Amino acid sequence: MARPAPEPVQKVKQRRDAALRALAQSVPYIQFLGIAFERRGDELTAVLTYDDKLIGNPFLPAIHGGVTAAFLEVTAIMALSWQRVWDQMESGALDVAMLEAGKLPRTPKTIDFTVDYLRTGLPRDAYARASVTRAGRRYASVQAEAWQDNRARPFAHATAHFLVPRDD
Amino acid sequence: MSQDKIEIARKFIQAIPHARALSMDVVAIGEGEATIRMPYDPRLIGDPETGVIHGGAVSTLMDTCGGAAAMSHPSLPSTTATLDLRIDYMRGATPGQAITAHAVCYHVTRSVAFVRATAFDDDRERPVATATGAFTVGN
Repeated sequence: MARPAPEPVQKVKQRRDAALRALAQSVPYIQFLGIAFERRGDELTAVLTYDDKLIGNPFLPAIHGGVTAAFLEVTAIMALSWQRVWDQMESGALDVAMLEAGKLPRTPKTIDFTVDYLRTGLPRDAYARASVTRAGRRYASVQAEAWQDNRARPFAHATAHFLVPRDD
Repeated sequence: MSQDKIEIARKFIQAIPHARALSMDVVAIGEGEATIRMPYDPRLIGDPETGVIHGGAVSTLMDTCGGAAAMSHPSLPSTTATLDLRIDYMRGATPGQAITAHAVCYHVTRSVAFVRATAFDDDRERPVATATGAFTVGN
């Protein structure tokens, strides 16, 4: 049986990157902190570009613990939203043009968020990845980890629960 | 509570670049308790559909307030850093309203300060979020 020709690679990339951009750019707080997302297939890495306004201890200096928590929460929420968007986008159920036009899926609501501070956040760029440990119909459990120079030495990690928006 | 103490704490908080970026202000401080207010700011919106402030900004307020409460404890720690922080979100803060956090440092050992905090908007009956945290204590 003849299979349909695969989509041109550029078209696929363009669609996925446009969806990711639409999701990230819709949230003012993500822009305020200066967080961007890099994509490899469906895997996302959040990048927090260093800025002096992120400092919490000017004497060390160190990134504010709240910024670290926020960075992990942003990464966790995006991982959850992205997983849902990805599935719908790849199945053809979701039109990326609608996302770009501002018709975005509803944001998951944080129920609780626990962050462990493992090391001082240094005044330089930070990176984070999150994994959805469980995505149920109503609740989701997500873990996130942030590092700076050395991937094997995270400076913070977090566990969070979210209320998943209903698609209606 | 002495006005001097609030003034010193206010300067201390304003010396924190990120607290300044969020326009945080010390309302009250002393004896292991702190109250800090963060005005509503559209740049902090986490849900564009509703205009509700991002949980991350609430975490930052809780963390700053918890640290301030620990620093103001009668044992007078000279430095403090967050070890862990757990935040429970009861509801989204009402858009347009300031969020005020109140933190109590209820126990301090030689190495650790234990803190509880609650955040409210204009509705003082229903908290927006609660938090518990452990902070390091340096002497």
